[in-house]
Amino acid sequence: MTHLPYILASYGLATLIALVLSIGAALRLKQARTQLAVLERPSDRTTGATSPL
Amino acid sequence: MSATPTLVARTGAFFHRYANPGRFLKLGARLQPWLTWPALLLTLAGLGWGLFFSPADWQQGDSVRIMYVHVPAAMLASAGYAGLAVCAVLSLVWRHPLADLAAVEIGPVGACITALCLATGSLWGKPMWGTWWVWDARLTSVLVLFFLYLGHIALIRAFDDPQRGYKAAAILALAGAVDLPVIKFSVQWWNTLHQPDSITLTGAPTMSSSMLWPLALSTLGFSLGFAAIVLARTRAAVMESRIRSLLSSPRRRADATQTTLQGDAA
Amino acid sequence: MTRKTRRLWLVIACVACLGAAAALMLKAFSSDIVFFVTPSQVAASPPPADRTVRLGGMVVAGSVKREKQGETPIARFDVTDGQAAITVRYEGILPDLFREGQSVVAVGTMHKDGFVASEVLAKHDETYMPKEVAEALKKSGKWDPRFGPPPSAASWNSMTAQDAKKMLPAGN
Repeated sequence: MTHLPYILASYGLATLIALVLSIGAALRLKQARTQLAVLERPSDRTTGATSPL
Repeated sequence: MSATPTLVARTGAFFHRYANPGRFLKLGARLQPWLTWPALLLTLAGLGWGLFFSPADWQQGDSVRIMYVHVPAAMLASAGYAGLAVCAVLSLVWRHPLADLAAVEIGPVGACITALCLATGSLWGKPMWGTWWVWDARLTSVLVLFFLYLGHIALIRAFDDPQRGYKAAAILALAGAVDLPVIKFSVQWWNTLHQPDSITLTGAPTMSSSMLWPLALSTLGFSLGFAAIVLARTRAAVMESRIRSLLSSPRRRADATQTTLQGDAA
Repeated sequence: MTRKTRRLWLVIACVACLGAAAALMLKAFSSDIVFFVTPSQVAASPPPADRTVRLGGMVVAGSVKREKQGETPIARFDVTDGQAAITVRYEGILPDLFREGQSVVAVGTMHKDGFVASEVLAKHDETYMPKEVAEALKKSGKWDPRFGPPPSAASWNSMTAQDAKKMLPAGN
């Protein structure tokens, strides 16, 4: 392949950004879900129900 | 007169169905796997096809493979900002609370994809054009888009009262949307170093179908991935705002439980 | 509801005004936004010798002369936009994409005896074509890249590398 370093750098950069964004989003979602579950447990009602924002 | 009061009201009502955070979380949780897994599959298929199986270009050789990353990133950079502009209208006109939360989350993701577009463009320009960067209309207008994203990210977090930040950022998002047609048509209006679009709405693509297919796959994959990440972040943001409101006032926590009970009964 | 309608119209009016202002500004600065000037523009009003300009156009087929002065390669070639041609002199290594018939942008100054470039950028067009297809088109005499843009994509769009390989021995 010609210009291989440029091609690899492009694909590497894309992979890196995709990994950082998706892992970041997944971790944030997981943390929020656990925290919410802990907060809502005492009521014994953990349905995804309404609450004022 | 397209916006009669009834239409405005109807549009508002349609979007406000999903202003209810509980309903949004339920819908989002159901939607998430349908975005995440196809995104992963299509992106891997498109990029793998582009990197290993698509043909080399007659004049660019293998460097053309950078296209399969660069073009989807460029499309999404503009599409993401268009998303910010839509959120801005929903926020300014209908005061939609979810539009504000979504705008907060689209900003950083869009800035990342714009940075990817600029970086891969540079990596493509150096071996092909002979330069990392030139100040032509296309490249400059995309750089402006990147700074618009950065400005939006900063502005929406700049105020102690989040509502003021939302409003300021929405105005910036709308004003910055002027850049989108400039990016799109820059290669037609002015002579640039960047070549005109190969894929247009009006004409046949000036690209071999053996390159068009992997490009289409990776574009679809990137788009779904962008949507999946924004959705996941917005869901997290909705949960976090609920956590904050639960933590800040114990009385509201009781109220929330009360509403839950009533909601279940209804 | 009337408040919402009013806000909607306000937003539409603001965006329209802003768009108009931006369009007028871009129109006014249009000549500064262009990345390069064409040979006919330069021929019509030659810029002063101390001003750096970017000259864009197609390399005329058969006009490229390469020589070597010590270690540095020197290239002379004509750049045309179909109406006028200007001879460009460039000391240094030309980009990979440089060839006859290719669009280039030469950065440099205009002198009495021609254009002296300090940098040459290759511009490629929006046509993406597999190598094998291009070879097949060239061999079959349908297209010579030195003399113009490739034929419309519809004629070779569905041609894959395999088709081209099959075509090549037949065409020869």
